[in-house]
Amino acid sequence: MLTILLAVGILVALSLVFGAVLGYANVRFKVDGDPIVDQIDAILPQTQCGQCGHPGCRPYADAISNGEAINKCPPGGQATVQALADLLDVEALPLDGDAEESPVKRVAVIREDECIGCTKCIQACPVDAILGAAKQMHTVIADECTGCDLCIEPCPVDCIDLVDVGINTKTWSWEKPNGVATHSANIIATDRSLEAQA
Amino acid sequence: MQAPVVYSFHGGIHPPENKTQSLQLPLGRPTLPSELVLPLGQHIGQPSRPLVEIGSKVLKGQPVAINNGFLSSFLHAPTSGTVTGIELRPIAHPSGLDDLCLIIEPDGHDTWIEHSGLKEWQSISKTDVLAYLSEMGIVGMGGAGFPTQVKLQGAHKHPLSHFIINAAECEPYITADDMLIRERSLELILGIEILQHLVDAEHVIIGIEDNKPTAIAELKKVIGERNSTIQVAVVPTKYPSGGEKQLIKLLTNKEVPSGRHPADIGVLCQNVGTCTAVYDAIYHGKPLISRYTTLTGDALEAPQNVEVLLGTPVSHLLEYAGKINNKLARLVMGGPMMGFTLDSHLVPVVKTTNCILAASNSELPQPAPEQSCIRCGMCEQACPASLLPQQLLWFSKSQEHEKAEHYNLFDCIECGACSYVCPSSIPLVQYYRHTKAEIRESKEAAVKSDIAKQRFEARKARQEAEAAEKEAKRLARQKATPAKSNEAKTAPKKPAPAVSDSNDSKKAKVDLAIAKSKLKKLEKTLLEAQEKEHTEDINTIQLQVNAVKKDITDLEAKVVSAPTPKETTKTVMSDDAKKAKIDVALIGTKLKKAQKQLQEDPDNSELKDKVSNFEQELKAAQSKLESLVQDKVSPPVEKKALSDEAKKAKVDVALISTKLKKVEKQLADDPNNTELKGKIDTFKNDLNAAKERLSQLSPPEPSTSQEKVEKPVSAADQEAQKKLKIDTAIAKAAAKKADKALKKAIDINADNIENLTKQVADANARVKELEAAVGKGQTSSSTDKESTDSSEIKPTQKVVTDEEKKRKIDLAIAKAAVNKAKKGIVALKEQGKSEEEIAALGLPEKLNAAEQKLADLESGDSQKTPSNEHLETPPKKVSSEPDKETLKQHKVAAALAKAQVNKLTRRLELEPDNAEQIKQELEQAKQKQQEADSKLEALTNTQENR
Repeated sequence: MLTILLAVGILVALSLVFGAVLGYANVRFKVDGDPIVDQIDAILPQTQCGQCGHPGCRPYADAISNGEAINKCPPGGQATVQALADLLDVEALPLDGDAEESPVKRVAVIREDECIGCTKCIQACPVDAILGAAKQMHTVIADECTGCDLCIEPCPVDCIDLVDVGINTKTWSWEKPNGVATHSANIIATDRSLEAQA
Repeated sequence: MQAPVVYSFHGGIHPPENKTQSLQLPLGRPTLPSELVLPLGQHIGQPSRPLVEIGSKVLKGQPVAINNGFLSSFLHAPTSGTVTGIELRPIAHPSGLDDLCLIIEPDGHDTWIEHSGLKEWQSISKTDVLAYLSEMGIVGMGGAGFPTQVKLQGAHKHPLSHFIINAAECEPYITADDMLIRERSLELILGIEILQHLVDAEHVIIGIEDNKPTAIAELKKVIGERNSTIQVAVVPTKYPSGGEKQLIKLLTNKEVPSGRHPADIGVLCQNVGTCTAVYDAIYHGKPLISRYTTLTGDALEAPQNVEVLLGTPVSHLLEYAGKINNKLARLVMGGPMMGFTLDSHLVPVVKTTNCILAASNSELPQPAPEQSCIRCGMCEQACPASLLPQQLLWFSKSQEHEKAEHYNLFDCIECGACSYVCPSSIPLVQYYRHTKAEIRESKEAAVKSDIAKQRFEARKARQEAEAAEKEAKRLARQKATPAKSNEAKTAPKKPAPAVSDSNDSKKAKVDLAIAKSKLKKLEKTLLEAQEKEHTEDINTIQLQVNAVKKDITDLEAKVVSAPTPKETTKTVMSDDAKKAKIDVALIGTKLKKAQKQLQEDPDNSELKDKVSNFEQELKAAQSKLESLVQDKVSPPVEKKALSDEAKKAKVDVALISTKLKKVEKQLADDPNNTELKGKIDTFKNDLNAAKERLSQLSPPEPSTSQEKVEKPVSAADQEAQKKLKIDTAIAKAAAKKADKALKKAIDINADNIENLTKQVADANARVKELEAAVGKGQTSSSTDKESTDSSEIKPTQKVVTDEEKKRKIDLAIAKAAVNKAKKGIVALKEQGKSEEEIAALGLPEKLNAAEQKLADLESGDSQKTPSNEHLETPPKKVSSEPDKETLKQHKVAAALAKAQVNKLTRRLELEPDNAEQIKQELEQAKQKQQEADSKLEALTNTQENR
């Protein structure tokens, strides 16, 4: 009887101690904000294009943490969806709409002799990548442009194009090998002749 | 000399060497090709910047491109000739992409530029030698083309234990370094000595594989002859012992830590080719313009080593070595293990090209199809970097980049040993290369997205700050408005000067009004104090009252004199006149003070003398002023000067009337002062004279103004209007002052009443005239095409505000007068004078008159203000909001068009060369402007009709 009481007593004491420790830790090491939002935000491409329906990448990260679908980021492509799926441990959905799987990197280019200097694109650019002043020609800082295409719409004279960045010898990379052939390639000569007969 | 100890490294393979083919023939020297193609990016880092233009003549060894940043290099013309192009050409790169190249067409003379070398390399500073090497375009010739001076600089950071010369040349087929050592062993040793001087290492070791006995013997012979401390370490033949890290491991038994450089462990490696290039540069001043390259493969009739000029197209070399067309299956630059296939035969030889392998199909068969990994582990056995190739393959295939990195993917030297041994013929290296590229890309993307995020957040913060600022301003304005309305009536005038021109006189007037209101308040408290008989309070308040009164007189003087300097800056006289006026004002003030003192202490003879002195001075100053003014009247004939004179006269009138008023006030206080009476008379005379002058001057003025008004030029038009308005305002002020003087005179002395009444009438007539002129100016300007509506509305509003302001000032003045009269009565009462005496002085009447005037003014204020607004700003009130918007837009458009026209006209003057073109543009712009103007006019008309 005493043993049982002793055991119960010890357990109660332990639970009290751990409860106090946990309670203290909860107060002492409280994390402000939602850390998962930061992680999601880090995965998103930060083009700030608003194609997900949110005003910027962070609002979308907030929405994702609140249960929104992870496949609404066309600039990120399927890679971003996959990364989000891994992070959140959910199923990777195919990209929403008719967006390309792996989006081509583009930058906005202003046809400068057609620019009237209205500054509308400057106001639209989420990353301040357009340089210019009222009644002065504008130009895009190519290195800062995220290719979000938000400047295309406001231009009253349609002088902004999205141009593929292209590949040069510095940005070129080796392509992935084809991998193991799914159908029998010419591995064994006799196989090939059998195939030919069939 | 003892041979150095040779250790061993993990893994490695023994592929067939195939080195003998290219060593059968002596070193070849191909002929000059028809053109040399020099890629601007022959090295690691930023491409060089061209120093020459298309068409420039260049000499052999002349620098043609300069380094572009830290990790960059110089380029030199390999032979004399002409630069025929700077264009995109296929370059030596696995991608087969084009890049910018300098094209040089040789002239066949091979003329050297003057070159002398750096004979004093041992005595001058090492930094200078390094800079010289950089200018000679020397880069590492073994692999990546790392600029040599950068590598040597890096070695300076740590004390070097080993300086290793890489002569291992482990890759099959390649014998360029072997041939170089055989041909130029002395030059090589001299080059090594230079580098040893520069890096100052403990041990200098040449690492060479044991499959080059001739080269080893040659090296040992030269070293023996020179008694050099350089050691030769013969390492066993094993691929890839020529890898930098592997050779270091072989010779020092040290491993370069992951992600670090050999210099971090006190080791520096240089290729033998680089050493001879350094020798050429230092001893002969020859830049890096040629190199030893192996031409080999079954598809060549005469495989051999050649000394080839950089930029020579591969096709030229293949021709030279006898290309067998039907045998050539694959053209590889570099060795069979680490080289890459060339898509084009036009690719030029660059600083890092050590071999051209023209392989037949049997030599380099197409790789067998990839099969599944059977986990045999042979790749791990072969890996010279002690990695786990199999793990890396999994991670690469499943794109688990983090894990791949964790397994040190970036330590892979891409030697191809794993692929070589793989029984499933998996192209492991290709997987690794792809994954490395992907990781690099995603890192770059992460950096870029970080920057984008920063910029986005900075922009958001900026926008928020702007919004907050606006909001704060709005709140401040909101707070300010009710506070002002609670203040005295003078307060709303505060923002007015900001709206209208920030003219000195206006400011002074506002200050005056404020000071007067202050005085009024003080006087009120003084009265209260007197009623309650707080003697102490009375004294302090009296002091304050006096101070404020002084301020007021100063300000009045300022108000009166302020317009003068502004209007008459052109005439030299005006300054004198101004000074004289100020003198008059000052003396007047002094006189007043003295008189006041006298009043308090009537028996003081000193004071009396003072007063009389001051009076004399005042008179003298006034006469001087008068003479100045008259001087001015006579000479100027021009219309503008005339109007200036008229203004001055007006100012004089105002000034004198003020004086008169003051003296009269004093007289009222001290009715028995005969001197004062006499002064009043003289003042009145002066006033009359000034008024006469004014009336003489004023008639021609409206006509001149009208002439100006009728001129089509809008700017002049506006200018004239503005002047007219100022004139009107001044005339009005004069009229009012005269009016006031008249009232005072009525109170005190009936003699001058007629005179003053006439003056007032005159002044009023003048005001009306001017107002009419202003009105005409406005109507004429509204029909004028050039003067846009904005210019019409704004001045009108300005006039309205000006008038309002004046009225308010008058109101304040009238109130002050009322208060003064009251105060005078009270003071007299205190002095113990009976009601009858006070009545005899006419003070009660004065009070009544002043009160009457105040009432008049107030009623006038309340009536006039709305009526004025109604009359003078109808378009603004009637027009609806969107109409105003469009009107504004059109105005902006018209203004823009006008600006365009102006700009073009200016340009036309500045650039007579482009006159035709500019004229055309000007025509277009003018047309545009007319369109905009007509649109604007139509819009304004419709609004006015409504």
